[in-house]
Amino acid sequence: MTFHIRAGDVEHGGSASAQIKNELMKAGVDELTARRAGIVAFEGEMNLIVYSADGGTLSVEVERDAILIEVHDTGPGIEDIDLAMTPGYSTAPEWATDLGFGAGMGLVNMQANSDTFEIESKLGEGTTIRCRVDRWASGRTSREEGGS
Amino acid sequence: MTLDDVAKAIEGAVLVRGNRQDLRVERAFAADLLSDVLSLACNDERTTLVTGMVNPQVMRVAEILSIAAVIIVRGKVPPQSMVEYAEDLGIPLITTRKTMFETCGLMYASGVAACRATAASEPRSRP
Repeated sequence: MTFHIRAGDVEHGGSASAQIKNELMKAGVDELTARRAGIVAFEGEMNLIVYSADGGTLSVEVERDAILIEVHDTGPGIEDIDLAMTPGYSTAPEWATDLGFGAGMGLVNMQANSDTFEIESKLGEGTTIRCRVDRWASGRTSREEGGS
Repeated sequence: MTLDDVAKAIEGAVLVRGNRQDLRVERAFAADLLSDVLSLACNDERTTLVTGMVNPQVMRVAEILSIAAVIIVRGKVPPQSMVEYAEDLGIPLITTRKTMFETCGLMYASGVAACRATAASEPRSRP
């Protein structure tokens, strides 16, 4: 599935990701994996809406043992990725924070819910994030602490 | 606690009852920023969200996280679009005039526990 996300389109913010979660569950992906993938997608989608110059794409592929999510835009690019990955760091404009965006947890949440996380960015060229969320089908070892 | 027990404890009103008769509010998390809500760890519990955000985006987050119920604080009135979304999802909505701090305090005193962890605080493990 590939969604084209428009810059500044807050009104529909998260609708592609909610659809992705539902489609994953329909495809037989377990609930926890669908939630993790949904979180990764949502944060990627919001980043495109709030920060990208011209929007971008949110793509999801379902593999036998993982969900692959790619978020791509064509600018403006991230100057300092380490800084952007710092929990709480945000450059969100005021209009976005007023609506509940800009907690400074977007990239952190993407990484926390991915089993592999890659980010490439170049100023003036754009950003690509690739996340792999391993599937946690029932019967496999639970990742939950306590295993309740 | 049932929805009605929670509503009574925080002097709130059940605006949307949702589709689960057996729903119990056992754990909760409070935040006013979407990504803070999304920092909830993905585990088997169904957390109730206490928030002052009233927009469809917060319901999309609730949908993605399989949130048990959403409690709207500070007397905010959710727009019709949010109410309809909650009805479609079957996720209950409760509103209260109390502040977030007071709402959390009253719920905690009534026996609602904190959610277990956020993703950033949870040790990462692999299959």
